[in-house]
This record gives sequence, structure tokens and C-alpha cells, in this order.
Amino acid sequence: MTDFMQLLLSGVATGAIYAMAALGFTLLWQAAGTINFAQGEFVMLPAFAMLIGMSFGLPLWASFIVAVALSVVVLGAAFKRWIVDPMRGSGVVAVVVATLGLSIGLKSLVKAGYSAEPHPFPSIFGDEVFKLAGVTVSYADVGALVFAGLMVVGLQTFLNRTITGRAMQAVAQNTFSAEALGINVKRMIFYTFAINAILVCVTALLITPTYLAKFDMGDNIGLKAFFAAIIGGFNNSRGALLGGVLVGVLENLAGAYITPAYKDGVALLLFLAVILVKPDGLLGTPQERKV
Amino acid sequence: MSKQHLAFLVVAVAALAIAPALLKTYGLYLLTLWLVYIIAAMGLNLTVGYAGLKSLCHAGFMGVGAYTVAIMMKAGFSFWLASPVAIVLCFVLGLVIGFPALRVQLHYLGFATLGFNLLLVLFFRNEEWLTGGTFGIQNIKRPELFGFSFEGNLAFYFLVLLITLVAGAALAALLRSPWGRAFAALRDNPIRAESTGVNITAYTLMSFAIGAAYAGIAGALFAPLVNFIEPAPFGIANSLLFLMMVVVGGSGRFYGPVLGAAIALLLPEYLRFLKDWYLAVFGFAAVIMMIWLPGGLLSLREALLLRKAKREAKQKELSERAAAAAGKDTVEAA
Amino acid sequence: MSILSVHDIKKSYGAIQAVSGVSFNVEPGEILGVIGPNGSGKTTLFNSILGQIKPDSGRVEFEGVDISGNSPLEMSRLGIGRTFQNLQVFGKLSLRDNLIAAAQEFHGTFWGRMFAPPDNGLRERADEMIEMFRLKHVADLPAGSLSYGQQKLVDIAMAFMPAPRLVLLDEPCAGVNPSLVDGLRELLVELNKKQGGSFVVIEHNMDFVMKLCHRIVCMVEGKVLAVGKPEEIQNNRDVLEAYLGN
Repeated sequence: MTDFMQLLLSGVATGAIYAMAALGFTLLWQAAGTINFAQGEFVMLPAFAMLIGMSFGLPLWASFIVAVALSVVVLGAAFKRWIVDPMRGSGVVAVVVATLGLSIGLKSLVKAGYSAEPHPFPSIFGDEVFKLAGVTVSYADVGALVFAGLMVVGLQTFLNRTITGRAMQAVAQNTFSAEALGINVKRMIFYTFAINAILVCVTALLITPTYLAKFDMGDNIGLKAFFAAIIGGFNNSRGALLGGVLVGVLENLAGAYITPAYKDGVALLLFLAVILVKPDGLLGTPQERKV
Repeated sequence: MSKQHLAFLVVAVAALAIAPALLKTYGLYLLTLWLVYIIAAMGLNLTVGYAGLKSLCHAGFMGVGAYTVAIMMKAGFSFWLASPVAIVLCFVLGLVIGFPALRVQLHYLGFATLGFNLLLVLFFRNEEWLTGGTFGIQNIKRPELFGFSFEGNLAFYFLVLLITLVAGAALAALLRSPWGRAFAALRDNPIRAESTGVNITAYTLMSFAIGAAYAGIAGALFAPLVNFIEPAPFGIANSLLFLMMVVVGGSGRFYGPVLGAAIALLLPEYLRFLKDWYLAVFGFAAVIMMIWLPGGLLSLREALLLRKAKREAKQKELSERAAAAAGKDTVEAA
Repeated sequence: MSILSVHDIKKSYGAIQAVSGVSFNVEPGEILGVIGPNGSGKTTLFNSILGQIKPDSGRVEFEGVDISGNSPLEMSRLGIGRTFQNLQVFGKLSLRDNLIAAAQEFHGTFWGRMFAPPDNGLRERADEMIEMFRLKHVADLPAGSLSYGQQKLVDIAMAFMPAPRLVLLDEPCAGVNPSLVDGLRELLVELNKKQGGSFVVIEHNMDFVMKLCHRIVCMVEGKVLAVGKPEEIQNNRDVLEAYLGN
């Protein structure tokens, strides 16, 4: 029984990680219609940025702030202005190829330019573990889960309860009307990218200690994050959390009780099952896409 | 087909027939590989370029084709039996994978197919009893026909060339038929298409299945060409490469895959000096390409013409305004 | 027997009742107009009839057969055509190809069409339509590159290509140059005589509607306010109030 609980708990922790990556992904899609195949690498880059910062002697919190600033500029503004904006109207396939190319480019840049090796990364929660009902739980795991929950709640509150957030939602649902209402559409879309840029930094901070910083750490996260987002419901932040946790837990259970070889395929199978039965995701509501 | 088009084709085929005489072993190998890639890319061009669907599983299908042929030939079956089986298997798999396409909005499809590719690679890697796992399958022989052996590189090259031409002709015929128009309708406006009787389900599934079948043909030829297969070339990275071949060449243009495959093959050779940085350059080049010329290289002419037309329109407007202003002055002066 | 019978269609979006119990019939060969102020539920009604959205309740019968809940594909197969309020053409195909595409799926079999000639035998008919709509000079251009007015005509021509027995036209005059509206009306009258089908037309251009339609349904706030011949509707006090009151 304790084995089961162990799997369950570590699955929830892993799932929280997927959920965090899924959140930004969902946001970009919702508010800006951008499918970002490089989202995994967007988590990887801040991780390395922080590593580099620390190698210059900066404490972790300072590195984090620098990483956030860089991220907003590069992964937020530059990404939007130089990659997403020019491709508006070129069709989805172009965006797919571009972001996939970006994903490969960024990975290789880090691999060739910095290091192909995995690097350890300090955890803000320390390395301690504690025992709960016979199961070993690390503070890092709990921290990840709590933070993921906070991020989801925070994002939802921001989107639903603040003027800026609601303006962003308006832009997502109907750009024409939003513009007619005097909402600065361009700025709202920029905010979306900026928020994603911040989210990925937080994600990097929380997950890299467990996964180690490596140039290809984005691979696993990117695809799973997407599936998690869809499973939970692409138009619902809480969906990202549910989807992520579901994937994390089921992966672990399938890996232990059925076969470890196909563990990575669980996310896909779950995704297929959900979209066949409930195409809008478990928590999603049918929504008319503006495209 | 216009006379120029026909003449161009005759010259091209003649060049391809003579080329081996000018090439050494490695060059001939690249040429053969290029033809194999063209077949695969043609299939993907149908799915992505003509029917407008996002498929990122193409290398996986090619793997299914390659492994089927390799396994069956190892078991003693002839290449000429194994290949059709491989193609049919890929066709069926394409139908199966086409199903999520119907339930899933456009954009999700790319991820769903990526996931399938992942599953296929996992299968190739794990089921050692069948596929040899990470060790793969070695010593795949080349086919024989009525005593004539295609073991020689030259003979095999001509076999591949013939199959490529036949596959290309078949695809051209399909696209010229009403099916071609139905695919285009599906791509340009699925809502309208449905209201005018185009069975979205049927055409979507068929575009996936036929595309996959072409990947199967490519795989069936790939196995004997390289003699030894293992899971690596059939993964997501190569699926993206095939997508890029289609898009860079010109999505939805018949000869796009020919150009795209050539670039995909030659680029690594020319950029060898970049060593570790090659992939980085490749990735970013893809991004830049999509920003500047999303229609692919074959759309370059149109893009330039469009730019020229816009420039001329602007010139015209400016000079008209200047003339009007000048005219006003003279009238007022008089 | 009426060619189309709409029984008590209801559709609401959350708290808003877009269509609250609409019923009417369309007779064979008739041109029926549907008018009403903006927001009266006309397009929602159309989409409910055509299977694009699912009504909350109510029934639609075509030639006596229940078609409620049919998909757009099934509708087209029954001989029902439609135009779209926001233009829907196949941008990259030529004008002629757009017309052929609109009818090719009704000739031959799915598999047979793989081996059929490129135009599936429809080139003559497409050219006839092109003549009638006076679009010969742009027949070979990609539909996406044509002017708005021309695309509008293509949209309408596409609906008529498969010779449907019932066509629903959603604001055919919207965005059309006023000088061309009369020509459009004459085209529709000609098509009605030639093909013998029934039309249901949503339209805001009153002059157009009154001159074209045999009967008119006036909708207000999701309900049918009045049904009758153009003269009757024009003199109906409730109708006048509904328009002037807004």
C-alpha cells in the first residue's frame, strides 16, 4: 500500500510540474492564438540563465530576478515581435515549423554553446524529506505542488478579477470588439507573452532541482505539458492543474503496475481517450474559437 | 500539361539517368536517398500541403514500412511481397491515426501525431523480439527479380528511380482528379466544404492514409538501401525534417518535396564545418525561413512579384498625387 | 406539401433567448423573405435549420422528412444549399474550380471520382453559371483575389451549382454595391424560375426583399411577429412599430 501511496504522491508532484508548463502554454494559445512548440525550451533557458548567474557569484534569488528580466525581454517581447507577429496570417503550419525549429535551435545552442552535461540545481526548499504515513515525501515535491496551485489560482484571479486580466480575456475572445471598446490589443497580447515568460522562470526554479539542468530537459516537459493542458481543458487554468496531476499520477502507476517501457506513452493515450469522449477537456467548456 | 513542363520533365529524367556515371559510391548513395526522401515528402505534401492537415508522424510511418520489410525479409519472404504488405500496413495505420484528426481541432492534431510518433519509437525500441530493439536489424538484402539481383548500387538506384517516377505520376493523377479539388476545398474552407457535400471525414482519413502509404513505400526502399535499420531515424526529429522538406520547398506545390528533400540532404553535407553548431544554425534558419518566406522556396517568384507590384502601386499613387498638385498650381496660375 | 416546415424552434445562449418558438412553412417554388431588426434571431434560426448549431427544441422537416439534427453534410446531400453571411469561398482555387467543387461531390461515387475526369463533367454547367453571373473575365483567377462583390457572387453561385431544391441565403445584399442590387435580384428571380427551387432569404434591404419575395416572415426578439405577402407586411402596423420603435 505504501508503494502505491509513494507512486501517487510522486506522481502528483511530477504532475504539478507538467501543470506549470501547461499553464503558460494554455495562456499563449488562449490569449494570442500561438501554439508554442518550444515551450519546453522556454523552461530550459531560464534554468541555464540562473545557473550562469550563480556561476558569476549571484545568489539564487538574484539570479532568478535577472532570469525573469531577461525572459520577459527575450522570451516575451522579442519572441512576440520578431517571430510571432511577422507570421500572423502565414498559416498554422508556418508557426508549427518555426517554433519547432526554434525548439531545436535553442536546444543545440545550449548544447554546443554551454554544455551537453546535466548540471545540479539548488532547490529553494532544501533537500530534506519527511515521512508521512510511511511514505517518503520531499519538501521540494510539496513545494512544487503548492506553488503550482498558487500559480493557477493567481492566474485565474488575475484574469477574472482585475481590469487588465479581463481586458486580456476580451482580446482573446474577440479582438475586433475589444479594439472597438478601446482596449489596447497590442499591449494585452504583449502582457500575455510577458506573463508566460515569468511563468516559465518560476517553473524552471521549481523543477530543475529534480530534473537537473540539461539542454534537452524541455523535451519531456513540452509534449506532456501540452497533453496535460488539453486533457484538463484548454480554456481553463484549473484544467491545466488537473490535467497535469492526472498525467503524472497515471504515468507513475502505469509504469509500476503495467510496464515501465511505455510510461511516456501514457500521456498520449490519456489525451486520445479524453478528446474522444470529451473534446473540450475534463474541465473545459465548449468555446468558439475566434479563428 | 504544357509543352514546357513536359520538356522539363524529360530533361530531368534524362539527367537522373546519366547522373550515376558522374558519381562515386557515396554520391550515388546520396542520390538514391534523395529519391527515397522525395517519395516520403510527396506523401506528406498531400496530407499537409494539399489537404491542410498537420502531420508530425511521417518518420514513424516510414519506420513501420522499413521494419515491416526488414522483418519479413529476414523471415524469408520476398521483397516483392513484403513491400505491398508494408504499404498496406502504413495505409491502415494512417487511417487509425487520422481518426483523432476528426475529433480534434486543427492545432491539436500536430501534437497528437507527435505523440503517435513517440509511441511508435517506443515500440521499435522496446519490442526487441520483433524489431531487435536498440540493436536494430542488420544485413537487409536488396531485392531480386526473376534471377536479376538489385544488389548493386547502380541497379538499386534505377529501381528506386522507377518507383519514384511511378509514385509521382500516381500522385499527380490523383491531384488532377476531382479528389484533388476536394482536398483543396478541405484545406481552404472546411466549413464551406461540408455544406457543399464534401465528406470531410472521408477525405481527411484518405489524405492521412495515402500520405502514410507513401511513407511506407519510402521505408520499404530505405531498409535495403541502408542495409541496417534501428529506431533513431524514425523519430520526431526526422518527422520535423520531412515537414520542413515540404514547407521549405513549397507546401501544396507539386515539386516542393523535390526541392525540399534536396536541401534537407545537401545542407548537412555543406554545413559539416559547423560541427556541433550545425543543428543550432538549422533550427534558427527554419525560423527565419518561416518568417520571410512561409510559402516555401517555390513561392519566391510570387513573393517577389507581389513586392514589385506593391512598390509600383505606391509609385503610381505618389506620381498621381504629384501630378494633381502640379495641375492645380497651373490652373490657379492661369 | 410544404417543402420546409419549421416547428417551434427554440435556442438560447445562457440567459439570452435568441429564438423563442418560431414556426413557418415554405412552399415549393416560393421565395420567402425573413426580415427583422438586428438581434431578432434570424441568423440563429438559419443556423438551427441548417444543422450548423443545435436548437434547444423544435423540429424541422424537409419534404416531410425530419431533418432536425442533421449535419451540414447530410443537409447538402438532401438537396439543401446555403450561402454564408461572412463569405466562405475556397480562396486558393480558381473561381471556376470553386463552382465545380460546389457540385462535384453529387456526381459519381466517392471511389469512382478518383478516376473521373478533372472536372467530373461539370465544366459546362460551371461555365453556364459564370455566364449568368457575368464573371467570365475573372473565371480563372483564385477566388481569394477577387473583389468583395465578386466573391459574394461566387458564394451565391456555389450554393446554386448542385441545383438544390431549397436554398437559404444569408444577407445576399450585404456589402454589395447598391447599383448592383437590382441585377442580383433579377439573377435570383431567373434562378428561381429556371431551377424551380424554393428560397429563404434573410435580408435587411427592404426594397430588395419586397420586390423579390412572394411572402415575408417578420421576426422580432426571437419570435414571429407577422407573416404575409409583401404588401400586407408593408402595411402591418406592428411591423412598422418594431422597426421604427428601435
